[in-house]
Amino acid sequence: MSTPILKLDRVSKAFGGIHALRQISFALEEGQIVALIGPNGAGKTTLVNLITGVHRASGGRIAFRGTDVTRQRPFQAARRGLARTFQIVQPFPRMSVLENVAAGALFGGGHAGMDEAMAAAREQLEFTGLSDLADRPASALTLAARKRLELAKSLAMKPHLLMLDEVNAGLNSSEIDGALALIRSIARRGITILVIEHVMKVIFSLADRVLVLHHGELIADGVPSDIAGQQRVIEAYLGEKFARRIARAETNG
Amino acid sequence: MAYLQILVNGVVLGALYTCLAVGFSLVWGVLNIINMLHGSLIILGGYLTFFAWHGFGIHPLVALPVVALVLFAIGYLTQLLLINRVVSEPVLTTLTLTFGLDLILYNFMTVYYTATPRRVTLDLGVVEISGIVMPVDRLLAMTLALLLTGILYVVLRGSRIGRAIVAVRMDRDAAALMGIRVDRIYAITFGIGALMAGATGAVFAMMYPITTNLTTTFLGKAFVVCVIGGLGSVQGALVGGIVLGVVESLAGQMVGPQHALTVGFALMLLLLLVKPTGLTGIRGYE
Amino acid sequence: MISRRWPYFLFAIWILALGSTPLWAGNYVVRLAITIAMFTGLTLSWNFIGGFTGYPSFSTAAFFGLGSYVGALAQRAGVPMVFAWALATLLVGLFAAALGGILLRLRGHYFAIGSIGVVEVVRLLIASWGSFTGGGDGLNVPFVAGGPDVVARIFLAAMVGIMVAVFATTVGVDRSRLGFGLRCIQQNEDAADMVGINTTIYKIAAYTLSALFCGTIGAAYASWTGYIDPNESFSILMTIKVPVMCLLGGSGTRFGPVIGAAAFTLLEEFFWANFLDYNRAILGAVIVVLIFFLPGGLLRMPYRGLGTRIGRPWVQPKAAA
Repeated sequence: MSTPILKLDRVSKAFGGIHALRQISFALEEGQIVALIGPNGAGKTTLVNLITGVHRASGGRIAFRGTDVTRQRPFQAARRGLARTFQIVQPFPRMSVLENVAAGALFGGGHAGMDEAMAAAREQLEFTGLSDLADRPASALTLAARKRLELAKSLAMKPHLLMLDEVNAGLNSSEIDGALALIRSIARRGITILVIEHVMKVIFSLADRVLVLHHGELIADGVPSDIAGQQRVIEAYLGEKFARRIARAETNG
Repeated sequence: MAYLQILVNGVVLGALYTCLAVGFSLVWGVLNIINMLHGSLIILGGYLTFFAWHGFGIHPLVALPVVALVLFAIGYLTQLLLINRVVSEPVLTTLTLTFGLDLILYNFMTVYYTATPRRVTLDLGVVEISGIVMPVDRLLAMTLALLLTGILYVVLRGSRIGRAIVAVRMDRDAAALMGIRVDRIYAITFGIGALMAGATGAVFAMMYPITTNLTTTFLGKAFVVCVIGGLGSVQGALVGGIVLGVVESLAGQMVGPQHALTVGFALMLLLLLVKPTGLTGIRGYE
Repeated sequence: MISRRWPYFLFAIWILALGSTPLWAGNYVVRLAITIAMFTGLTLSWNFIGGFTGYPSFSTAAFFGLGSYVGALAQRAGVPMVFAWALATLLVGLFAAALGGILLRLRGHYFAIGSIGVVEVVRLLIASWGSFTGGGDGLNVPFVAGGPDVVARIFLAAMVGIMVAVFATTVGVDRSRLGFGLRCIQQNEDAADMVGINTTIYKIAAYTLSALFCGTIGAAYASWTGYIDPNESFSILMTIKVPVMCLLGGSGTRFGPVIGAAAFTLLEEFFWANFLDYNRAILGAVIVVLIFFLPGGLLRMPYRGLGTRIGRPWVQPKAAA
């Protein structure tokens, strides 16, 4: 077995007295599409923040492609090929769409000069279907387009691992289908993908593997069809009472 | 024994600094505006008090509330008509605007009043308690300063307006959604800031000579007190004021009065880097 | 392509106009030209940290003053004038780099105050170190040989030269990776971090750039006037005027500082000459008008909506019932 692309070993994070994450351990293999799910407040975004260096872990180790990155700063994560998108999109508002993506190419993707970066940016815009909007200011885009911009910018950074934080929030059904197709084509390029999602359709059609987070703990790790039936997962989402009701209904036929 | 005197001097000074800074701190904490006019408003209060005494024979203690109200009106109108328009703008814009307004006020005061130092002379003598010497006018000033600060505290805590101000300070958007008229609160808060400045000026006029040259000094002190103590609260201004007063008094003794200012600023810089929220830890906006 | 280059042509004409003043005007105008060139250099410098990066620094007077003192002290110790200026540039740059590492952790208001605090502390330190710096009495700087006309020409050339150097640096930075990165930082610092920009290093670079030439200008100023003292060298008025000049012209642009510094200085001179007593008030009024009607500066004036641009007041949201 080759080195996992991302390995977390008993990672914890406490904010003052609040334990956001406890003893999280898992490993991601290269090329997988993994879904990270869990009810709101479970700690999913915190986990991504830890991996990218926005917060520093209170305990445990994080290794990316064999290198210990527990103490890295966000810009180092970007340069190493660890990219992520934000739930609330964070563009450079007064720059054009092209410039936004070029920023990713130049600084994260390690392209040598502005011209190269721009060329690489145009490629990513084509790939994500944003070529028509290349010269618009980023602040003028619709939500769906902004999400694509985030994606294009992250791709321009030449990531090995791409973490998508609720890319589908606020999108309608057809927009989600478009996003799914895009994510699949990204995976075909060999990029490992971690999606944080609430939308079941996405998880089931996309993910090879599902990690379930609840109150900062990893309560399940497996194939989607297994996870859906697990007692603890149902409890986490629906609460104990409902979970017991469903379990009783199932046993009673 | 000498150290006790220094300490007492420091506390008296500190009380004045508190009163000086509390209005500034409130405006900064609630409106997120650094009011460069603050120093000039203090001097204006002082001048008005002086001229009430010199021209009409009105005792400063009587003039004080009147001056305070006049300054409140000035502050309220200034905010409503001018400053309100840039409340959502970045730091540089608001700072520059208040600086520009300050230039205007400063110029008019210099032309109208001239820079000659004016002082209300109340010969009240000196008091001595167990070896500590204190001029009575200083004691009076300290008492007034603390009284004003105390009244402000009670008003903020107890009255509807006061609580609205605190609400806006904590979360402007939430306060607006609760039905609080934020633009009115802004104007009132600025007015209160001006009021406290003017009142402090009136108090100062009773013990020190007032001149327009002091505007930057007072403004600088207000900054330092806010950074040391923390923004937007009376407690912060109190802590910051007393600390600054004591530090300056000690520094004045140890390295000489001309360096006391440097020490104050250096302390402020140190705190900015180590704990920008100040000793009471209430965070201002960034 | 000529249309894109015309600002540079205009700037070249402006440089010629300033530089040629000794040939067609009297001492007063020449001195004015030197002052304009000086403030243009200071404003272009400020533009690096305030305009490109968006950090409202008020440290200009600290760098200028420090430069003037280093230059003066070096010259008094026998260092030739131009080398003294180079030394001042170097030391001020190092000072800014060291200071920036600490100061740039702050943002917004706190950074602004910290940057003013620096001016005050440096001023007070210099004023109290009397034995070395002459303290409150000031320092005399060895005069340059030659009559007033010759001296004026030398310093005009110097200040205009420095101005051109800062402008060239501005263009260079604007085209470079550094400039792009600084703009990203200005628009969204967290996103810049996430995209791979080492924001700390970039900010320190911008702060240092904003200081370098201020040091040179300060040293040149000391040589020109022959006498410096703490209050004049570390003037709070100057440290606030410079950002205002940049705002006036259009901060974050290449030519904004040039236009702003020239316009402001000329206005100030006009008011000083004609309304001596009220010149500060008028300056204040100009600033107020600028804020309300020209929020983007002269360069970014929305010519069409000129009358209606008054600024955004706080808008009370429609509260729930």
